[in-house]
Amino acid sequence: MISLAGRDIQHAWGKFVFTGIGLGLLIGVTLTMAGVYRGMVDDAKVLLDNSGADLWVVQKDTLGPYAESSSIYDDLWRGIRSMPGVARVSNITYLTMQVRQGERDVRAMVTGVTAGEPGLPGWPPQLVAGRQITRGHYEAVADVATGFKLGDQIQIRRNQYHVVGLTRRMVSSSGDPMVFIPLRDAQEAQFLKDNDAIRQQRRRTAENPAFNRPGVPGLLDAVIASQSTNAYVNAVLVQIEPGWDEQMVAESIRRWKRLTVYTRSQMEEILVGKLIATSAKQIGMFLVILAIVSAAIVAFIIYTLTLGKIREIAVLKLIGTRNRTIAALIMQQAVALGGIGFVVGKIAATFWAPVFPKYVLLQPLDSVIGFVAVIVICVLASLIAIRAALKVDPAEAIGG
Amino acid sequence: MFHIQGRTLALLAVLLPLIGLFIYVALSSGPLAPVPVTMVAVQNRVVSPALFGIGTVEARYSYKIGPTVAGRVKHLDVQVGDYVKAGQLLGEMEPVDLEARLLAQEAALKRAQAQLREAEERQVYASSQAIRYEKLLAAHTVSEELVATKQHELLLAAAALSGASEELVRLTAEREALRAQRDNLQLVAPADGLVVLRSADPGTTVVAGQAVVELIDTQSLWVNVRFNQTHAHGLAAGLPAEIVLRSHAGQRYAGQVLRVEPMADEVTEETLAKINFVQLPAVLPPLGELAEVTVTLPALPAAPVIPNAAIQRIEGRLGVWQVIDDDLHFTPVKLGAAGLDGQVQVREGLNAGDRVVVYSGKALSSKSRINPVERLPGIKS
Repeated sequence: MISLAGRDIQHAWGKFVFTGIGLGLLIGVTLTMAGVYRGMVDDAKVLLDNSGADLWVVQKDTLGPYAESSSIYDDLWRGIRSMPGVARVSNITYLTMQVRQGERDVRAMVTGVTAGEPGLPGWPPQLVAGRQITRGHYEAVADVATGFKLGDQIQIRRNQYHVVGLTRRMVSSSGDPMVFIPLRDAQEAQFLKDNDAIRQQRRRTAENPAFNRPGVPGLLDAVIASQSTNAYVNAVLVQIEPGWDEQMVAESIRRWKRLTVYTRSQMEEILVGKLIATSAKQIGMFLVILAIVSAAIVAFIIYTLTLGKIREIAVLKLIGTRNRTIAALIMQQAVALGGIGFVVGKIAATFWAPVFPKYVLLQPLDSVIGFVAVIVICVLASLIAIRAALKVDPAEAIGG
Repeated sequence: MFHIQGRTLALLAVLLPLIGLFIYVALSSGPLAPVPVTMVAVQNRVVSPALFGIGTVEARYSYKIGPTVAGRVKHLDVQVGDYVKAGQLLGEMEPVDLEARLLAQEAALKRAQAQLREAEERQVYASSQAIRYEKLLAAHTVSEELVATKQHELLLAAAALSGASEELVRLTAEREALRAQRDNLQLVAPADGLVVLRSADPGTTVVAGQAVVELIDTQSLWVNVRFNQTHAHGLAAGLPAEIVLRSHAGQRYAGQVLRVEPMADEVTEETLAKINFVQLPAVLPPLGELAEVTVTLPALPAAPVIPNAAIQRIEGRLGVWQVIDDDLHFTPVKLGAAGLDGQVQVREGLNAGDRVVVYSGKALSSKSRINPVERLPGIKS
């Protein structure tokens, strides 16, 4: 049996294919927007995954370390390490700042990791080049998104760091690439002021008669030394022993150490539900509107495509073609158009997604939903077109 | 007919590449795509572990010179940067009233000497009186009571004499003390050295014990280094070290671990050690300059070695992704010594020749499909 739809497409294939490609680009944009939304949520999740922690111990009554600032003394880990059920702990600092390299600077989240061996919470879980940090100072592992290369010298505050390793998909919840440096250096970067500020502070202290007493030599030095300590970190990451309930361990740290502790699910709730909630809703809103607009445009295109063939349909009716055949012609064409559109859209989205500055996550499930939605919209739109086609008067084939 | 076939061909020419591209896209991205990985064979190699720490340049011997009593600086003849010899006069404190007090002490001393002479005379006289009256008593010309009185007077005179002589000793000692104080007003270098601090200028009042001048022994410069405790295993006196001063980033100075401090810093969780320069730099580095120190530990016998980038922790166990017959297996390992170049010894779990995953495009699981590559896509060297 000769397919009427196929014949018709062959007849005007250029118009058909190019309409399909145009439609596809629109679908591609919609898929990409879904990817941007998924990417945002994924950024928050990989941050938690990459930290390798089961529990986050932060300053009491804060939502730290990602959503709020939190600072706790850097020797608190010892007490937490001795709590039952705790397998590994490590101090960590996070500071989002501009990292300089030569002439340019890159926005990055500088993460201070506790010295030790790979596999400790907070360390980059896998690398794509180079090696992990082995020296206790002045080495860095950077995300490839920073654009740094192995062997680069980068400047964080007053110190130069040597890039020894590269990672991928290590980002903060706002999508900034991470740069891992040893904890001591990171503490300095976060809490030590610049030289000018330190000098000013010394001068201010020296001018204070309470600290600069003629009868007590050495007091001023002691006061200044105590002012330039930086024994703080942002959080303590905890991994728990297998078989222990994280809620129970968290509760005992909360109770006996009087600190705030978040479990993985609570942290996800904070990041996804609070930190990126507004921007995610913003993108989500845009996605909804884009989807509606795309659906409308698909419907219009199919409708106008059918109306463009109204004379041919009238001829078909005139020669006694059955309504079912005409309906099948229109619906097959609509579905084929949707199919081409989806394929083009998926290809386009996949190819331009990596070019985006922030992560675009194209989930297969989203693609499947997108495909179903496209086909359903095409079918619905073709129903309207079929209704218009069937109402046409066969006389138009001769008269009109 | 040919006409229609041409159209069909054109349509297929557009649609087929599109479908091909779609299949390629579906397979090369998303969960179906194999993860690109780089692999390395475990090698038997010698690891030269090394420790890395930072410290500051300090002087082993430093001398803080100041007065032992409160006073005012009279003159100070040295400036920061001057080299001084042992015994050299550096400056002097104002004596204020010390000369006058010394004069008064001299006068008091003379008076005490006069009093001593007087007591001696009294004692001599009392002694002769006592003897005379004893003789008279023997002749029964005086009463016994009178003799007792004279003997009593003799005892008193002797006591007064001893008192006067002790007083003289006291005053002499006091004069010596004042002289010593006057001599101590001189600020004298106790050893050869370099003046690094001049904290008071002439006319300044300083309290007892406050340093006016600080000297260091330039031959005794060392680096006070702090090593993170987790990385301080094997640190011992006598090990060779390499010192890089911050002001001479390219230049490496040879050094040696002089001692590891028995007291660690419990607040910063660091182990302290002193590193000597084998030969001091021609231009002395300023005290307090930051120095990076790498201590080389003795090389260990050859053992299976993996790059530290291969190490992963999965479900609380440290291990590596081992590739056996193109399948991924997570092999738990026990690690040994590590070099600063990122090579780690494996004590248990792997043998030489085993292939392990070093870099992967994303997190692996035992179900991941892998695509071994020479270098991960998108990585510039």
